[in-house]
Amino acid sequence: MPRREARSVAGREAVGPYTLLRVEQGGLDPGEPGQFFMLSPPGRLLPRPMSLCLHEAGELGFLIDVVGPGTHALAALEPGDEMSVYGPLGTGFRLDVPRPLLVGGGVGVAPFPFTAARMGGVPALLGFRTALHAEAAVLLPNAEVVLEPTYVTEALPDGHDVLACGPGPMLEAVRALAPDAQLAWEAPMACGYGACYGCVVEIDGALRRLCVDGPVLGAAA
Amino acid sequence: MIRLLNASGCLDALAAPDVARALDVFVTKTVTPLARQGNPPVRIAETDRGMLNSIGLQNPGLDRFVDEHLPRLRELGVPLWVSVGGFRAGDYAEGCEALAAEPGIEAIELNVSCPNVEEAAGTVAQLVAAARAAATLPLYVKLSPAVPDVAELARAAEAAGADGLTLVNTIRGLALDHTLRPRLARAVGGYSGPALKPVALAAVHACRRASALPIVGVGGVMNGRDALEFVAVGANAVALGTVLFTDPDAPGRIRAELAAEAAAVGLADPTDAWGVAHSDVPDPVGTRN
Repeated sequence: MPRREARSVAGREAVGPYTLLRVEQGGLDPGEPGQFFMLSPPGRLLPRPMSLCLHEAGELGFLIDVVGPGTHALAALEPGDEMSVYGPLGTGFRLDVPRPLLVGGGVGVAPFPFTAARMGGVPALLGFRTALHAEAAVLLPNAEVVLEPTYVTEALPDGHDVLACGPGPMLEAVRALAPDAQLAWEAPMACGYGACYGCVVEIDGALRRLCVDGPVLGAAA
Repeated sequence: MIRLLNASGCLDALAAPDVARALDVFVTKTVTPLARQGNPPVRIAETDRGMLNSIGLQNPGLDRFVDEHLPRLRELGVPLWVSVGGFRAGDYAEGCEALAAEPGIEAIELNVSCPNVEEAAGTVAQLVAAARAAATLPLYVKLSPAVPDVAELARAAEAAGADGLTLVNTIRGLALDHTLRPRLARAVGGYSGPALKPVALAAVHACRRASALPIVGVGGVMNGRDALEFVAVGANAVALGTVLFTDPDAPGRIRAELAAEAAAVGLADPTDAWGVAHSDVPDPVGTRN
């Protein structure tokens, strides 16, 4: 069940250009890999959706890519600061697939440390823009890493059940090669629980609310 | 008692039934005669003191709403208002007529002020008159504050047969990204949140002085103090919009805060705040619910 609680920040560390923000779990359920939480940045009106990156030692970890004022405020939180955390929300990955392969692009690596911990020994392929961004691969040891100009789609092996997260064009390219892939999308989102109709993405001509229908959508759905 | 509603389009009771049950009334997202897919994404943008939305009246259409959504909404056990919209007077009449035979609806709210659709609607008086002729249920008319004189619209709505007013809808706004391009796919959207509150308070204040109709105050209510201010300018009920996006626990929280804020200004009950912002001048309509 999703809950909304004020949680203390337990720690913050740089992971390449990203910030790993750890908060005390409290009474929050970590949910399933691919589900997300709404984090309320201090001084901003709307919460921001973040998939759960890590769940360990009574903490929930979120990987923040600073792209605007909300993510900037989240990445500036200090240990001991409080913020509201609401979740877990949405529909995560189906994990009962015979030959899983995790495929992440950039900050799309975010849900996969938690996913890999749940699934155990699962292969992964990560793509990054630069060597600095690729430092985030430390979160997923043993992953194969490619750097631009090589894309993950060029290194994608056949015969796997793909679980992918990354920018929209990457997900479109992955689904072209792996039509049954499970894809974790993102969109600007106001509420996270189906109220605002703001987070739709167009899939095969139909608009889907990512917060309740997703964020993980089967590419063929 | 000051009832707390949701602003239309700010809550899906079927996706979040517990939030809906925490309200005194659930107001549906606007229903139009034909299904609408709504506007393309990006549909949401936060600004410094509010947010923009460009949903575009996404809804399943009247037939599917009545057949599939309404039976499930009735089961929630929350008084239900249905928001009816359209692009011509006949659309509003069609909506009201289709709902006339349906049990379990307390009132209809006419959305004559959506900022996210381009099609020209008729004047407020024409739309309300067409709806009134077809409707059997009480009609609340939701007005935009982005007009020269909202009180004039309130009087026109009352004369055309409205039973209440919902004040206000969002106003058009625009935000640019770092490349100076609009952040919303449709460029402009409805502006809501804390920045809208003074605009909404002014509209309720003006309409309270122009009409004896009950008023639902809505616009930037984030806490109990905000809700109490709407009561003070003459609202009989208060609707929650953007705050439901930021806090799904807002209905219970704001209800508790409303009572505490009334007590903090020496009032035994939030209803005692009704109209006090007009106390410097005689009550122009001499009516309260």
